Amino acid sequence: MSTRRDLIKKMIKGTVAAGGGGLLWGAAITEIRAEDITLRPPGALDTESFQKACIRCGQCVEACPYDTLLLATVSDNKGIGTPYFEPRSIPCYMCTDYPCTDACPSGALDLKNLSGEDHIPSINNAKIGLAVIHRESCIAYWGIQCDACYRACPLMDSAIVLEYESNIQTGKHANIKPVVNSDICTGCGICEHTCVVEKSAIHILPRELAMGEVGNHYIKSWDENDELRINKKTDKSEDKDDDIESTIDYLNDTNDLFVE
Amino acid sequence: MKLIFRYRYLLLRRLLQISLLFLFFGGNAFGWNVLKGNFSSARLFSTIPLSDPYAVVQIMATGFMVATDALIGAAIILLLYGLVFGRMFCSWVCPMNMITDSAIFINKKLQLNNHYILPRNIRYGILILGIILSFFLSTPAFEAISPVSTLHRGIIFGMGGGWAIIAVVFLFDLALLRNGWCGHLCPIGASYALIGKFALIKIRHDSEKCTDCGKCFEVCPEHQVLNIINIKSGIISSSECTNCSRCIEVCDDKALKISLGNSMIRKK
Repeated sequence: MSTRRDLIKKMIKGTVAAGGGGLLWGAAITEIRAEDITLRPPGALDTESFQKACIRCGQCVEACPYDTLLLATVSDNKGIGTPYFEPRSIPCYMCTDYPCTDACPSGALDLKNLSGEDHIPSINNAKIGLAVIHRESCIAYWGIQCDACYRACPLMDSAIVLEYESNIQTGKHANIKPVVNSDICTGCGICEHTCVVEKSAIHILPRELAMGEVGNHYIKSWDENDELRINKKTDKSEDKDDDIESTIDYLNDTNDLFVE
Repeated sequence: MKLIFRYRYLLLRRLLQISLLFLFFGGNAFGWNVLKGNFSSARLFSTIPLSDPYAVVQIMATGFMVATDALIGAAIILLLYGLVFGRMFCSWVCPMNMITDSAIFINKKLQLNNHYILPRNIRYGILILGIILSFFLSTPAFEAISPVSTLHRGIIFGMGGGWAIIAVVFLFDLALLRNGWCGHLCPIGASYALIGKFALIKIRHDSEKCTDCGKCFEVCPEHQVLNIINIKSGIISSSECTNCSRCIEVCDDKALKISLGNSMIRKK
């Protein structure tokens, strides 16, 4: 047996072992990724960065005075060892001193995410998720008077407002309907916790899941600032058509239609 | 009393392992401020951060610049084990040591012979693979599946389905390979073996007293480090030695002892 042959054999063995092991390992990790609907503590980075940064030590969980935060076990499907909470059982009570965010050693929970333009952290800037109402199971939308979520909300009349609408069923009463303001809602989940129906009609979803996105090609003509975007045409990369004249004039351009 | 003396280091190790776990458990359950968090990252007396260096390296490999607290914590641990304790995390602190030691205890009692052989260097491969996978999968790859973290996290915060992973390690060590986890696979142990290369505390051997009875080889979880036994006096220089001191307890010839002084001091 030559030593060179041994060396090559060893190298092949090593590569196969590392490659195979790496694939299995990678597959296992992809399999046990946290569910998309997982709610993280206030101040958490976006899903992808949080996945990178969390060291899984549980100090935020220990810091939480309400036992809101839980540390995911192997069987929870929330990312093993990462913090999460379920607002229907215990919501986030929005401590003004954000002990969980403060406790994080790795930067997965970051006070910057609680800071507004003034760079002063405030729990009211938290964006844990967004409350979404299922109107068909919300009794307020039926016409029954219920403002439980509205009154429970720590940002009452701001994150959840009430809209009045005449009740055509009776013709005499009003439907008083809760509506969520997504700019203000922190996703604390006290509404979901409070909701009086059997399975909450209002629930918190991660903002990425709950929110849509318009894109750049719609412009509000009634909004002066928004209209400026036409002139600035900042997003050249997306709109490759530099021939604006023909774009604007395309309805008058009949050349292609009436060719004999 | 004689029995206590015979197992003095083992008892001390168990005492330390259990009391650390207990302090962490109390930190979560009763709000004690001695140790908060777990063995991945912790805070001592609500001020001093401590972090597992390998976990921090994995986070960095994902491309995330880890916050200063965890960095300082990792530096403290690096200095502590790198300068003083060597690989003592494995045998004196890590709770998995109790699981694998009990597996080996039963294995020896039942005289289950291991027919499987794995190179002990495989752990360094796993160590590197964990860092590479962290980069490609954008998540600390070993932390996501670590049986060690599953164990201490489970004890401190609640086990859930984590017992299954720990059972796999236990059974692997019990039936397939002695010291299979701690001595062959665990990348955390590998990281401490690298960190502890020049640490102060080492086991010292006196070959003149040695009668070559072989008892130390029998109890040693990393018996490849005992390459100087009955050959020459000196320190067990390999940092794969966890300073568990079982060899000192079983040695009837007083040929082994804990010593301060790494290879550099020895040269004087």
